[in-house]
Amino acid sequence: MSELLGLYALWYREVKVFFRERSRIVSSVVNPLIWLIAFGGGLGASISFGGADYQSFIFPGVIMMTTLFSSIFFGMYIVWDKKIDFFKEVLVAPLSRTTLFAGKMLGGCTDALIQSAILIALGPLFGVSYTLFGLGIIAVFIVLIAAGATSLGLAIGAQMSSFEGFGLIQSFVVMPLFFLSGALYPIDSLPLWLKGITYLNPLTYAVDGMRGALLNLNAFPIIFDVGVAAAFVAVLVAIGTIAFQRMN
Amino acid sequence: MMIRAHGLTKTYRSLKAVDQVDLEIEEGEIFGLLGPNGAGKTTLLSMFATLLRPTEGEATLNGFSITKQPGSVRKSIGMVFQAPSSDDILTGRENLYLHALMYGVPKEGRRRRIDEVLELVDLQERASDKVKTYSGGMRRRLELARGLLHKPKILLLDEPTLGLDPQTREHIWGYIEGLAKREKVTVIITTHYMEEADALCDRVAIIDHGRIIALDSPASLKMKIGNSMIIAKVKEPRLESIRRLPYVSRVDVNDGNVSIVLSDAGAHIQEILGLLGEATHVELREPTLNDVFLQLTGKEIRAESAEGWAEKFVMGDGR
Repeated sequence: MSELLGLYALWYREVKVFFRERSRIVSSVVNPLIWLIAFGGGLGASISFGGADYQSFIFPGVIMMTTLFSSIFFGMYIVWDKKIDFFKEVLVAPLSRTTLFAGKMLGGCTDALIQSAILIALGPLFGVSYTLFGLGIIAVFIVLIAAGATSLGLAIGAQMSSFEGFGLIQSFVVMPLFFLSGALYPIDSLPLWLKGITYLNPLTYAVDGMRGALLNLNAFPIIFDVGVAAAFVAVLVAIGTIAFQRMN
Repeated sequence: MMIRAHGLTKTYRSLKAVDQVDLEIEEGEIFGLLGPNGAGKTTLLSMFATLLRPTEGEATLNGFSITKQPGSVRKSIGMVFQAPSSDDILTGRENLYLHALMYGVPKEGRRRRIDEVLELVDLQERASDKVKTYSGGMRRRLELARGLLHKPKILLLDEPTLGLDPQTREHIWGYIEGLAKREKVTVIITTHYMEEADALCDRVAIIDHGRIIALDSPASLKMKIGNSMIIAKVKEPRLESIRRLPYVSRVDVNDGNVSIVLSDAGAHIQEILGLLGEATHVELREPTLNDVFLQLTGKEIRAESAEGWAEKFVMGDGR
């Protein structure tokens, strides 16, 4: 019971802070809008895939990107929390590390859902239309991406003691995960080597599943996409939990 | 015994941050750990708070072992950290509310208890303001209130007045004393301010290089080196004759200042000045804990500049 109350407290804090930091919400929405308008609009003027407008084709990918970026950095923010003393107040509380980890992670998922909700509400402007089923599936994937990316960020952040490695993580983890996920192009027609790498990326399945739910342009069955993504998330959550246990 | 430590040691590679510390602290005491920066005070406190695992030795707080029952230890303590650890984007009350949840303060009475501790530190009126808008002293008070919120048996205060101006510092001392009395809590406080240990603590352990080198009430510690001091500026002091006097226990020379520890300086000052030579400046005072430290270690407890701390704080956005 007390662990659950603690979990609620940690989650409540993250959400409260999220709503107070308006600039974070604004930038988290403006960035994907630039992708949709400038990149999607620009490239969409000359290409389209599977009969769908290019802007709506990359819409699921852009949601994935927003969730991935904000969640992974939300997780890595733990480096900052550790540096200044706020996190000590949490560390010294009579709560298990698993609870601390879960509280952070659920906070990250909630933030991601709110950001994505704003984007989804703007979707019709880019020619996206929804069914209830589609929205449900998208919500599932957003939660999966956020849970996985936050866990990854927390696991990395728990090991680091300064921000020095942030650039490396950005170049070697975040960007490849995004670009090699089929967010911006269909994956069936890729050359074999690129296809191979893309198939190893769990986000490929998240994007594919969301695209299937919105546009019926999925390469795999949606249930398969959900399964693969969920399996990856389970592994990442486990890694994150262990990293938290070991963190000092 | 509220706190008991035996052979407590923390080693980092070859450095012994805390070295074989034995301690017994009784219920209701305000106990001071006094020493220069890097003496191992914070490391010792972090072991009590179960944030660090001792390399060797054991301690019990409120009867619970810090190595075997960390959960119960954590429930028994309230901790106030050196640097601000409240969330400055949230209000004072919100910070307290989160703390109450994390420590499982029951729902009935949660609100009442929050109001109670806010009142203890006189922050009721600012409770709904964001912590960002608080002064350094107010923030400390909020964190004191937070440390007490879940009615801990033991309050651990790590340099509670670090970086505060002297006036605010005394103000905080008043709060700590009042809280300890009203909440009947045992307090351990680390500090490198002698005046703080002197003004606040029932007993003080002087720590240097991870070891306790003296432990007693501030009054007894000072008594041990003699009950009074004469400090005189003398060009060519004749020290030998002074040293031979039966009531003089110690004579030091520091940058042309002669400091003499003796019993009853008032009765002997004429004789001393007569023997010492022509003095341009004479001061008669009681020994301070700094003199005790100086005598024990041959060096002074240097006060850290407040700027270093402020920089660390300013760089954080408080989250």
